[in-house]
Amino acid sequence: MAIAKKQVAKAAPKAPADNLLKLYRDMLLIRRFEEKAGQLYGMGLIGGFCHLYIGQEAVIVGLMAAARPGDSVITSYRDHGHMLATGMDAKGVMAELTGRSGGYSKGKGGSMHMFSRETGFFGGHGIVAAQVPLGTGLAFGHKYREDQGVCLCFLGDGAVNQGQVYESFNMAALWKLPVIYVVENNKYGMGTSVERASASTELHRRGDAYGIPGVAVDGMDVLEVEKVGRKWLAHAREGKGPVVLEMKTYRYRGHSMSDPAKYRTKEEVSKVRAEHDPIDTLAKKLLDGKLATEDSLKEIDREVKDICTQAADFSQSSPEPDLAELYTDILVEA
Amino acid sequence: MPIQILMPALSPTMTEGKLSRWLKAEGDAIKSGDVLAEIETDKATMEMEAADDGILGRILVPGGAEGVKVNTPIGLILTEGEDKSALDKVTSPSQAQAQTPAAAPAASVAAPAPQAPVAQPILQKSYNGPTKRQTVREALRDAMAEEMRNDPNVFLMGEEVGQYQGAYKVSQGLLDEFGPKRVIDTPITEMGFAGLGVGAAFGGLKPIVEFMTFNFSMQAIDQIVNSAAKTLYMSGGQQRCSIVFRGPNGAASRVAAQHSQCYASWYAHCPGLKVVAPWSGEDAKGLLKAAIRDPNPVIVLENEMLYGQSFEVPDDPDFTVPIGLAKIERAGASVTITAFSRMVGMALETAELLAKEGIEAEVINLRSLRPLDTATIVESVKKTNRLVTLEEGWPYAGIGAEISAVVMDQAFDWLDAPVMRVTGEDVPMPYAANLEKLALPDVAKIAAAVRAVCYRGQK
Repeated sequence: MAIAKKQVAKAAPKAPADNLLKLYRDMLLIRRFEEKAGQLYGMGLIGGFCHLYIGQEAVIVGLMAAARPGDSVITSYRDHGHMLATGMDAKGVMAELTGRSGGYSKGKGGSMHMFSRETGFFGGHGIVAAQVPLGTGLAFGHKYREDQGVCLCFLGDGAVNQGQVYESFNMAALWKLPVIYVVENNKYGMGTSVERASASTELHRRGDAYGIPGVAVDGMDVLEVEKVGRKWLAHAREGKGPVVLEMKTYRYRGHSMSDPAKYRTKEEVSKVRAEHDPIDTLAKKLLDGKLATEDSLKEIDREVKDICTQAADFSQSSPEPDLAELYTDILVEA
Repeated sequence: MPIQILMPALSPTMTEGKLSRWLKAEGDAIKSGDVLAEIETDKATMEMEAADDGILGRILVPGGAEGVKVNTPIGLILTEGEDKSALDKVTSPSQAQAQTPAAAPAASVAAPAPQAPVAQPILQKSYNGPTKRQTVREALRDAMAEEMRNDPNVFLMGEEVGQYQGAYKVSQGLLDEFGPKRVIDTPITEMGFAGLGVGAAFGGLKPIVEFMTFNFSMQAIDQIVNSAAKTLYMSGGQQRCSIVFRGPNGAASRVAAQHSQCYASWYAHCPGLKVVAPWSGEDAKGLLKAAIRDPNPVIVLENEMLYGQSFEVPDDPDFTVPIGLAKIERAGASVTITAFSRMVGMALETAELLAKEGIEAEVINLRSLRPLDTATIVESVKKTNRLVTLEEGWPYAGIGAEISAVVMDQAFDWLDAPVMRVTGEDVPMPYAANLEKLALPDVAKIAAAVRAVCYRGQK
């Protein structure tokens, strides 16, 4: 499908203020998009599983600011933020959520399964940790073709106890593959806290046995994420092998739409929202540093809201897939 | 216009729920993300968050109300610049914006249902070029070498494929010719390297992933089925995966249950995969080359017992065997026998024995199990009116069961006898020599089935 890459450009920003405003805008786009998705889910327009990224925006936005065109991105099913941050069009993503023909997968994939060859986004995978060997394979491809690309392979704290993660770590270290394993530690794998699931909770050290360096990062601070990302992307690009970046982050919503999140207190959520929200934190920085005004931030909010409203409209006006689509795309015709 | 707050669906199955209580009062300022109310769904009590900024202008459904249908307006939000007078402009709360696609299935019924394509017989071209005497092992090696010379994106990975020259010596010499970049020894890590191969294929490379035996592919089956087979469909045709998974399949000799199993029906079950099972050297070379060139994931089920057998093999780098076509190895009018892999040889042997009894069996080498060449099978059955299916694997939901269903569907009126299946016994493979022999098809069992469908006693 032909979709313009106008929303998020990967090009390096010209001045520091521009960079900060772009980070702000990109995070806000994800926040507003996800709120809109939650709303459409509530209206019955989105079905099945729908995992929102609200609270974790700084992780993907900071890393994409550090990445270069030609790098590849792969993640599991909490993936809408990653799609938008790689430059995928909000309309195409929202229309996939509603199962319409204008969606990135023509309505045949849904929330967890979207791809864009144009932006280097390789899914969107529904089986916990399956994307880790896949991302390692994308990194293998970068090295095989010598194209200087790096794979950013995202996994959650719930995925780190799957065996295939360590099979991947071993091969990536053995062959010095250009891959960044980004563990998005939002503290809960569905309803089970990290402490209840992991014998060792220092997730950045999970590559120790393979000699893979690991760094714990404040995943709620987009500037910190970008800085660490730049350093380790360069490391991987120089052929020095993989790294594990543990992004300490938090999701405000339940695991999926039908999760009432009774495994944590309201106070815990409110405290993070009040004190560590990645968007509010950056807004404060912008205002305190006189890099933006209340009005200019409001203007960004309006622009982002427009994008999301248009995406929501498109996701309802785009027709359902043609019935003949049932039998297409099973095999590539040789 | 004030924004309507609609009763949300908070689970995939919720149609109505209880509005337990409001956490905001009329006149309260609200920010996107604030918790507005608690809703009891069919599963749990959930918090409903605001999606818009403004002032809660009016509560339309009070706290405690039960059985509130999804998408009912429950409140109104005044946006920036609006005052209370705007509230009365919302006279009859319209649910137009809450149209769900639920109406669609009705339309679906009216439209003609799309049909899955039905196979038509395709004429087979027989090869008339130069040949050379080779083992199946050498034919497979040559297939890989030729395709690796053709396309720099093709590479081989697996356990012991490089320095050791292949656990069964299939990759002999490849490391010397192509070097360690393209002939890659992996650790013993099936799920890992199968997934890595699929990821490399997503990125545009063409991996050949060798399983030392297909028994070990069970460790990797999630990556084969969920990642390799389904992604093209789930991406709406965007994300291709051109990859070959190959290695010996089925019973070897005296290696017991965990190392003696046929995966034909396991993989042939899955849309999005192609599955081939060569018997002869010609099959092996032509099918493997076709598999490597194919833009889809292809499973190549080889057989250890065949690796050392010699055949005349086409000696032409352009020769391939098209995937999806069977080959009639022996023509006959009395009965049709379908077989694949090592069982083709056994079927031919049985056919020679039966010819002495006046039964002329037509032996179909299936070559490809998905797509299955149903047209060739059906045409043959229309001629012979009798069918015996042969496979080494278990009977339950096996390839023979599938072929029986196809023939019932497409050639029922031509059958003069019920279809019979000759399969491996429905037991894990025993180790003891006598029991192992008993668990597998042999000439006597096949001959007995053929005589039965021909209503003939043993001579």
